[in-house]
Amino acid sequence: MNEFNWTFVAIAVLGLFGLFSFLATVVLSLTWYERKMLARIQMRVGPSRVGPHGLLQPVADVFKLMAKEDVRPDVSSKSLFWIAPVLVLVPAFLVWITIPFADGLVVQPQDLGLLYVVAISTLGIVGLLLAGYTSASKYSVLGGIRAAAQLVSYEIPIIVVVLAIAILVQSLDLRDVITGNEVVIGERVITFNGQGAIPFAAIMPLGAVIFLIAGLAELGRTPFDIHHAESEVVGGPFLEYSGAHWAVFFLAEYFNTFVIAALTVLLFFGGWSWPSPPESIFGTALEEWQTDALGVAWFLFKTYLVIGLFFWFRGTYPRLRIDQLMAFGWQILIPLSFVNLILMAIVMFYEWPLWAMPAISVPLLAATAYLAARRNDRKVNTGSVTLYRRQKRADGGNELVPPAAATYEEAGARGAGN
Amino acid sequence: MPELPAQPTPPTRIDNDHGGTDMWINMGPQHPATHGVFRMELALDSELIVDAISHIGYLHRGSERLFENEIYSQIITLFDRLDYVSNFNNELVLVMAVEKLMSLEVPDRAEYIRVILCELNRIASHLVFIGTFALDMGALTPSLYTFRDREKILALFEATSGARMMHNYFRVGGVKQDVVDDFPQRVNSLLGELERGIDEVDQLLSHGEVFVERTRGIAVIDGETALDWGLTGACLRASGVAYDVRVDEPYSVYDRLDFAVPIGTAGDTWDRYYLRVLEARQSIIIVRQAIQQMEPGPIQTKVRAIARPPKGEVYAHAENPRGDFAVYLVSEGGESPYRLKVRPPSFCNLMPLRDLLIGHYVADAVVILGSLDIVLGEVDR
Repeated sequence: MNEFNWTFVAIAVLGLFGLFSFLATVVLSLTWYERKMLARIQMRVGPSRVGPHGLLQPVADVFKLMAKEDVRPDVSSKSLFWIAPVLVLVPAFLVWITIPFADGLVVQPQDLGLLYVVAISTLGIVGLLLAGYTSASKYSVLGGIRAAAQLVSYEIPIIVVVLAIAILVQSLDLRDVITGNEVVIGERVITFNGQGAIPFAAIMPLGAVIFLIAGLAELGRTPFDIHHAESEVVGGPFLEYSGAHWAVFFLAEYFNTFVIAALTVLLFFGGWSWPSPPESIFGTALEEWQTDALGVAWFLFKTYLVIGLFFWFRGTYPRLRIDQLMAFGWQILIPLSFVNLILMAIVMFYEWPLWAMPAISVPLLAATAYLAARRNDRKVNTGSVTLYRRQKRADGGNELVPPAAATYEEAGARGAGN
Repeated sequence: MPELPAQPTPPTRIDNDHGGTDMWINMGPQHPATHGVFRMELALDSELIVDAISHIGYLHRGSERLFENEIYSQIITLFDRLDYVSNFNNELVLVMAVEKLMSLEVPDRAEYIRVILCELNRIASHLVFIGTFALDMGALTPSLYTFRDREKILALFEATSGARMMHNYFRVGGVKQDVVDDFPQRVNSLLGELERGIDEVDQLLSHGEVFVERTRGIAVIDGETALDWGLTGACLRASGVAYDVRVDEPYSVYDRLDFAVPIGTAGDTWDRYYLRVLEARQSIIIVRQAIQQMEPGPIQTKVRAIARPPKGEVYAHAENPRGDFAVYLVSEGGESPYRLKVRPPSFCNLMPLRDLLIGHYVADAVVILGSLDIVLGEVDR
């Protein structure tokens, strides 16, 4: 094998190129999807002028961004400033190499796929920090530091939940998460089910919730969008970027959005496997490419639903503050994710039936939610603002009296007002 | 050259002892979350605010000097541009001052029209507050809802006065013209929509976990301090001081209307926010009553085309959406005032800003500033 393997290189380049084109198309569709969905939540129309239903708006946006002047602050460090967006984009893209769209439809299958995904996606933080630091803008620095703190903290619950998944399927290969895994120990063959019949969200609801929330924070989406919050740090690390380089950040952000949603679907909602085999639904035998196409469609459908959930959050919630965000991550999510991991380990080690997981973790989740709500109730004392009534004083003037006063009844009995 | 007096040494602004590097960060006048052209300089210890300096004056137009060169009917247009979110309320205070000096009786119908428009303007102003306050915290949607409802109010204003915002509608001794024929029906249907709109935003925002986390216990002002700083309006009432000009010194026809005044206890940003929601609801109640009590009649007393108040001084004030808006008018008997001093509530409410900011996170800075609800047109004049 001293000879350079040209075929391998050609296939790899073709695969990467195809993947990138596919992802870029997905990003275009996602921007349209986000703008349209936000618009509907906010009772607006959204993009509607470029193409039917504004479908070509993302393309127009790309042309606009490419045509814009690329401005760099004078005092920034040139090489680092230009390389930062690439450092964000490359990991966001590389993650996709090992993510399967259907059984066998993957650029480079890896036995340690889960580990690879978690490891590579963490690298993007470097780019964000670098962008913030080299922009020579105080807001960018603040944003960059915020991003680093936030992404590093929320990486932990994601890793711990992924570990629990690895225990469940006894494999780190992303394909095994769907199709199941067989482990041979001596003469004994143990089968670990994939998500053909039951999605892991049913086995590990706690893990699914943690993964979704931590993923949301990992993306920096509302309510965790503190590192590029317009009303605080203006644009955070992206503040000084414009034109094509800003577009690269933008691309990376949507790659990441897509990857978190896709991982959620792969790890917890069955990936490409149909609830029952497509053959039984369509009644005829299907060729392999047809099964694959159906799998990819089903996978993408679910992924877009999850992304829609992200957009829905964006249209609903205000954002948290940095200390609240960190407290939530370290005090609630990380302990819960470890509870999830330990439960999973116990269930697998003592070979309890798998329904023991939801049976334990759902009450746990409910209890956490209840405690949080209790704590919230104490905080939300809506009685802190009360309606005072007007009352005539003896000297002819008016005064305001609190509702507890006896005159409040009279005021109420008059029927006017509230 | 005469010797200049010795300059006082500037006070040490940063008073922490960790010895690390602090950062002065400039917020505004082009920051997306400072309302209007307000500028703050914040000294940060990581994300905590150690010190703050505020700069105003980016919108200074010399209004108070301009007043002295204009006849009174022209000053009305300048008052529109002070607090440009509640134009009718501003106009009302000016015409009240002139009428007080001239001892004019304003016809009932005109008074009712004024009260209706002012209260609708209060709702519009509070809607703007609610929307932008949510926007400061990153909630995009409520602002769209509130601005939609505000636009309905502005459409009614346009039908009445001919302009969405700069109305120039109130006159010394009355109003410019009578309202449109179907005014009561329009107002009533508008009020129904506003009620629904306010409920909608209230449900979406007020008691949400994240919203409460961000606003509860932030920038607490107790009643004593609020009085010391000269706060008025919602900022004062949120601190538990029961003071509302409409009740304490009723002007126009407010003593014929029955309404409640929300008073807070916590004095934090949540109280300041929720108080305005309740106040908007009370304004709906006021407008309903005023529409019922309004009767046909004249809308203008007989005044010279160019009003000439007698020599004298007068002070008039009213409850604006932002607080106690007052005018001190000194007349020499001419067509223009000798001096016309405005007490802008926004300016006074801005005073405790430094004290409130210190010790909070930089993310809270925009929330605190938002909760004071300032309008720079009024602060800078």
